[in-house]
Amino acid sequence: MSEFAPGTRIRVREDFPVGHIRTPVYIRGHQGVVTRKLGTFPNPETLAIGRDGLPKKGLYEVRFRQADLWPDYQGSANDTLDMDIYEHWLIKV
Amino acid sequence: MQEHTHDHDHDHGHDHDHDHGADETAPHAPPQPDEKIHSYYQVLGLALKELLVEKGVITPDEIRKAIEFRDSITPATGAKIVARAWTDPAYKARLLADGSEAIREFGLDMGGTHLVVVENTPQTHNVIVCTLCSCYPRNVLGLPPSWYKQREYRARVVREPRAVLAEFGTQLPGNVEVRVHDSTADMRYLVLPMQPKGTEGKSAEQLEALISRDSMIGVALPSAG
Repeated sequence: MSEFAPGTRIRVREDFPVGHIRTPVYIRGHQGVVTRKLGTFPNPETLAIGRDGLPKKGLYEVRFRQADLWPDYQGSANDTLDMDIYEHWLIKV
Repeated sequence: MQEHTHDHDHDHGHDHDHDHGADETAPHAPPQPDEKIHSYYQVLGLALKELLVEKGVITPDEIRKAIEFRDSITPATGAKIVARAWTDPAYKARLLADGSEAIREFGLDMGGTHLVVVENTPQTHNVIVCTLCSCYPRNVLGLPPSWYKQREYRARVVREPRAVLAEFGTQLPGNVEVRVHDSTADMRYLVLPMQPKGTEGKSAEQLEALISRDSMIGVALPSAG
């Protein structure tokens, strides 16, 4: 189990497995910064297929810069997007 | 109840002891035929419900009570929480530290999810979406508005939030950070809007009226009164 301290720069795994994945496609492959750990929760990917979701997975709040997500972003350079992502989708940069 | 100072017959819609006379037979609009065609998943849901009732797993009254309870939670519930946070700094601190725990003081429970309250400040404006489905803080705001569940809002608010906010009538200066929260997991988000200037002396009850559903989703600002 990997731990990510607040401030850790991460990249979201760029992977496209079949199933109930709670990591939206638009965020995969992008870099952001961990802002906090939200806890540990049963893994929704295995819960969705009738299993127990164990072992539990760490859930992190990750902040992305909008300008990094969308090349044509029209808003302010300050704008951000926060997303809750399970640990097995995060790679330390 | 208001004192009755008149003596003519009419329909009050509440209990009283005088005679209604002809009012009871007043014409009503004719009933509309129910032409609703159920979708595949609605039929599946109804079949499941009927089976669960038939097998004695749940009773129709339990289903009715669950719907009644669900419908009893409305944006007015969320407004009470926000107004309390505006008028009680210690409560606000508890709410921001642990939303799920703090709403217990209102007799509310997040069930299997967790409430995260995000505070708007002069520097940061928060807005909530669920791009994967329609996660929404139902236990404090009730059922989501239909636009919240539609693809247009969900797809656009993450990539052009300022344009979407402008369509809701909300213009934010460029130096304010717009922070979109895409609720992808077990957290449910509630925006704590900024208290409008000039409302400082108002009571929590007066403030509740200024706090709309949309201001707690983050697509609008609370009314200044």
